[in-house]
Amino acid sequence: MSNREFNQNVNVLTKEDFKSPGPVKWCAGCGDYAILAAVNSILVDLGGQKEDIVFVSGIGCSSRFPYYINTYGFHGMHGRGAAIASGIKIANPRLQVWHITGDGDSMAIGGNHFIHTIRRNIDMNIIIFNNKIYGLTKGQYSPTSPKGLVTKSSPEGVVENPFTPGELVMGAQGTFFARAVDTDPKMLKEVIKAAALHKGTSVVEVLQNCVIFNNQIHSMVSAKETKEDHTIYLEAGKPMIFGKERNKGITVKNNRLQVATIGENGVKESDVLVHDPTNPNDMTHYTLVRMGLPEFPVAMGVIRSCDCMEPYDELYERQIAEVKQKSRIKCMDDLLNSGNVLDL
Amino acid sequence: MYLLFRCSKIVILTINFLFMKDNKNHKIIELEHVVVKLAGDSGDGMQLSGSQFSDTTAFDGHDLATFPDYPAEIRAPQGTVAGVSGFQLHFGHIKVETPGDLADVLIALNPAALKVNMKWVKPGATIIVDVDSFEPKDIEKAGWQNNPLDDGTLDGYRVIKAPITSLSRTTCAEIGLDAKSADRTKNQFALGILYFMFHKDVELGAKFLQEKFAKKELVAAANKAVLEAGYHFAENLQEFDITYRIKPSDDMKGRYRSINGNTAAAWGLMAAAEKAGLELFLGSYPITPATEILQELAHHKELGVKTLQAEDEIAGISSAIGAAFAGKLAATSTSGPGLALKSEAIGLAVITELPLVIIDVQRGGPSTGLPTKPEQSDLMQALFGRNGESPVVVMAASTPGNCFDYAFMAAKIAVEHMVPVILLTDGYLANGSELWKVPKMADLPSIKPRRVDDNDPDYKPYRRDPQTLARSWAVPGQEGLRHRIGGLEKEDVIGIVSHDPLNHQKMVGLRQEKVYRVANVVPELEVFGEKSGDLLVVGWGGTYGHLVSAVKDLQVEGKSVSLAHFNYIYPMPKNTREILNGFKKIVVCELNNGQFIYWLRAQFPQYQYLTYHKVQGLPFLINELKSRFNDILKGE
Repeated sequence: MSNREFNQNVNVLTKEDFKSPGPVKWCAGCGDYAILAAVNSILVDLGGQKEDIVFVSGIGCSSRFPYYINTYGFHGMHGRGAAIASGIKIANPRLQVWHITGDGDSMAIGGNHFIHTIRRNIDMNIIIFNNKIYGLTKGQYSPTSPKGLVTKSSPEGVVENPFTPGELVMGAQGTFFARAVDTDPKMLKEVIKAAALHKGTSVVEVLQNCVIFNNQIHSMVSAKETKEDHTIYLEAGKPMIFGKERNKGITVKNNRLQVATIGENGVKESDVLVHDPTNPNDMTHYTLVRMGLPEFPVAMGVIRSCDCMEPYDELYERQIAEVKQKSRIKCMDDLLNSGNVLDL
Repeated sequence: MYLLFRCSKIVILTINFLFMKDNKNHKIIELEHVVVKLAGDSGDGMQLSGSQFSDTTAFDGHDLATFPDYPAEIRAPQGTVAGVSGFQLHFGHIKVETPGDLADVLIALNPAALKVNMKWVKPGATIIVDVDSFEPKDIEKAGWQNNPLDDGTLDGYRVIKAPITSLSRTTCAEIGLDAKSADRTKNQFALGILYFMFHKDVELGAKFLQEKFAKKELVAAANKAVLEAGYHFAENLQEFDITYRIKPSDDMKGRYRSINGNTAAAWGLMAAAEKAGLELFLGSYPITPATEILQELAHHKELGVKTLQAEDEIAGISSAIGAAFAGKLAATSTSGPGLALKSEAIGLAVITELPLVIIDVQRGGPSTGLPTKPEQSDLMQALFGRNGESPVVVMAASTPGNCFDYAFMAAKIAVEHMVPVILLTDGYLANGSELWKVPKMADLPSIKPRRVDDNDPDYKPYRRDPQTLARSWAVPGQEGLRHRIGGLEKEDVIGIVSHDPLNHQKMVGLRQEKVYRVANVVPELEVFGEKSGDLLVVGWGGTYGHLVSAVKDLQVEGKSVSLAHFNYIYPMPKNTREILNGFKKIVVCELNNGQFIYWLRAQFPQYQYLTYHKVQGLPFLINELKSRFNDILKGE
């Protein structure tokens, strides 16, 4: 999976290198802190030049992120972070570009930029802080809020169907998608690091708790007592087994995924699907992304990580190099005096 | 004997009656300048043949201006007035400022083309029609009650009825081209007639076709053959006992090329990038009539130009802002509806104080409006169309060729003053072309971006140059300069997020003052004519050619009229008041409902302004301007 090499010998970095240059102003108990800590430690692990890192965001609680990490940073407009980040990456492909966004920022107002960035496969890392609510405007439902959720703008409950971010990623031919929950720092680090190492657009959905306006929205997958039965942590090359007893697995029956108990009805461990995030065919990944309670556990970890598409920026740089080599026009004077000119 | 170019009150043409005879006993009349219009169905290749004939006239050393007039539909129903596409060319021995009000020669390839263009020809003009296309059903489709060729409609004109379709087909059949393809060569037959009428070398036309159809040998051969067939047809026609000759221009020395406004704007940005030592990035979304800027720049990877055809207008400008943050000369191109969508992002460029060039090729509005027609109605939007106190520099190009200069200057101001610049052009400049003197890069002004050295210990994101108030430009990848900027208000100098009331007021003031100070580099407003007098004509942007032509004519008549034409709109040239002060009356002319006049009144309320405005999706006519100016001079 790790198809990128950072020169880790150049600089030894520490967490202090990236420490927030000012006070961090998220609410006490907000899930965002865990993500910031995870990202900070990943940047240390990745090494390289800290000046080559850029964090870009849109608008929302999540999007204050660039102010809280000591790299180059750009806090953009609502929904447009992906487009700004695209411009930065295309302008200078040497940079390591991170786009921080939320469920409102990327799934509603910025939906168009989100899908097109993924379709182009521009080499950047997108982290969606999905708390299923509009936090910064104080509690309206978002495009990922579950049907029926009562919020300030849906007093009788939401009547819309929610987006699952991973579905849009698959629909846009995404090459990397992972999911983690803010209460599990180890998992967070693993998937975000895998995203950073992926070449192309990588999308990480973090199920993140808004302690003020949507507290415990992810408790079914984050609560200690239930998380083992309600989630499945997918790992490349390993069977899809989950549950407190580690006896439940994802199998295929009649071309459909189902949850089976190993040892019951003749189900053996070898019947359980083995996770292959690298498969160019995304049908299984799509189905895994859609799995949800109560029928299925929620899939966590790296669900898709495929090297099947060359990133936009690499293809584009190659085109430029080829044209430069072929063309006889080397400067503006050449161009101005080319073709049909007339000497009087 | 026919008199092709009848002098009238409307049109004053200088004709030297120096009759000469060529070897076939044709009389030759020398002309100073001539306006030709080609019109046909939108699939008839009118734009191509127009460009071809323009190239030929340019090659003969004529000054020229062209204006394509095409419908918004790609292929409206054949033979209807909705589908008529036209191309007007004005060329001459004298300086040519506009494509001309009315045509001396009209080529109408079908009854609809004749119907649409009858009101755009001079009295006594030569009208060349394809008689083959005047069957009863064609005539009806075009909306004529009777056949205009024989019901007296064309009385007073010199009408050449040429069997263009049938002779083109015959010529193509000899070469082996099918009838359907043969019909696409009709325009060449008509052009052949023009080449003969104006003593143009058909070989030049053939060369153009060879290049155009380099990969389609048969098509190239057929077009060339039809061009020659048209030429010989005219040569042997009794009606062509008189032909016309126009001498090369005297004033033009040096190297020239024909260029349209969109290409010129694209090249101006590229020239600025080279001069500034920066790479050029354009984030854009296709929109008529600005698309060619994106297309042109997409073809120049050899000079390191990067373009992103974004998913929408907002992504176009957002990606450009990202590229500016990353240290590129960044630009976006659009038209009115797109500028509306970019409003919020322009505000982001204002508050982040990043250099950005926004080219708005104006078209008729509001909403989708008249996509292919020129208008100057985005001025207010450019000046004010954003939330918050959001000043940007606003400039306007005034000829197709100077779209190059003003795109260059827009980029220079943007990177030297760290400010977004909106450059207004319009559909008339964008698609119109003129003979343009090729500049030398060494002669263009230098551009010094405000980049910072790595590890500069004094660097702060909002520390400013004391003269210009421009902040410094540190970009990702640079060592020791990590910083964060964005849409939230920042504290002066250090650039951290600040909601402090007094700081906000200070920053609003600084951003405003920075734009005001651009006036220090804006050249003085020039006056065409005397610096004082009875009437000052004021215009801005793409109307220059028409205004200067009208003013010139009145000056020749001895009237006390001068022109002040604005290219720098915000801030204005410092001597503006002084110039306005010199005249008894001021008339502001613009292709909108009166927007620049608002702007002038706001800044110089002490003067009375008269107005002449037109919102028809059409350029001014020189004649209507003269008539308005004469009325004002007479005190009406």
